[in-house]
Amino acid sequence: MDMQSSLLDRLFDAGLLIDTGVEGLYGRGGAFEDVIARFERMIDAYGGGDGAEAMRFPPGMNRAHFETSGYMKSFPQLAGTVHSFCGGDLDHMSLLQCMEVGSDWTQEQKATDIVLTPAACYPLYPTIARRGPLPAGGGLYDLQSYCFRHEPSNDPARQQLFRMREYVCMGTQEHVTNFRQSWMDRGLEMMDKVGLDVAIDVANDPFFGRAGRMLANNQRDQNLKFELLIPVTSAAKPTACMSFNYHQDAFGAKWGLTLEDGSVAHTACVGFGLERIALALFSRHGMEIAEWPQAVREALGYPG
Amino acid sequence: MQQTIRDILTKHGGLAMPVDQIADTADLYAAGLSSFASVQVMLAVEEAFDVEFPDNLLNRKSFQNIAAITDAVGSLVGDREAVA
Repeated sequence: MDMQSSLLDRLFDAGLLIDTGVEGLYGRGGAFEDVIARFERMIDAYGGGDGAEAMRFPPGMNRAHFETSGYMKSFPQLAGTVHSFCGGDLDHMSLLQCMEVGSDWTQEQKATDIVLTPAACYPLYPTIARRGPLPAGGGLYDLQSYCFRHEPSNDPARQQLFRMREYVCMGTQEHVTNFRQSWMDRGLEMMDKVGLDVAIDVANDPFFGRAGRMLANNQRDQNLKFELLIPVTSAAKPTACMSFNYHQDAFGAKWGLTLEDGSVAHTACVGFGLERIALALFSRHGMEIAEWPQAVREALGYPG
Repeated sequence: MQQTIRDILTKHGGLAMPVDQIADTADLYAAGLSSFASVQVMLAVEEAFDVEFPDNLLNRKSFQNIAAITDAVGSLVGDREAVA
């Protein structure tokens, strides 16, 4: 049995994740959710004093905004669109007939105005742009959302629906790159407190196709995105549990985000893969939270 | 070859100024070539010259200016002819 499925089996057996019959789509047990809630409180303890404006969007976004984002240029294979039945009585009958005989009943489903959110910060940029120029000193936002990526896998660290907590900073180049650096330092400190071995490396995003190889090379060459890697299912191939992304002025230009003086805003975001961090904790310290090292339990606020 | 490359840049580069006003060694990114436009240029160049950029040439530097693109295509065409 490979290590990925054995970790997944142990998580199922312990009731931490709940099998749905679809790879990468899992229910969460209470203890698993509690770890995520506690880790989020730890994030709050580090970032709460920065004065970020909190916003929570549902896991679907405006399709027009999704189209503007350019996500399909880079990751068409990961996107998920929401389709619905939009027909009349006759269409309904033929749909039921299709289902009855087991043929493809989804062919007549029509795209709705909603696309599943690929990253927690995607609904933010058009929202902020609508407000007009950023206030003096830029903007700082706190987001969390379930996100969808179509990549079925038996690796519990590669789920199709998972939560991402993010801080997004908008301002001058210096402002947002300082923000990114401060969260790289904080991330290392936080993971040390919960007893996880980490490394920071340039990111390796799964851009699509040959065009994507060039985008990936550019991202690496320009040091635009770093990841904090933690062993989850494999020590040799650790999992990205945080990412630190500097967009230069790309999102500012795309969405019309401007500073007080009218210049285009630079943006950066830091993201926590909440399920991945919880999985790293269970993988490292075991399935029984009561048996986790005392220092780790204290850092997460577990009683005595 | 260079005219074909200039035509491709006109069509796919999304540049802020006409390509005939851009010197061979002028920075195309400074002239408005976006990361994604550079990818479209790469794919169009591949099709026009029937070449394939290897991984080590799939980067910003290969598309920094018209001279760099010409060099890259020249070397790939040369390789192909050497193989043939």
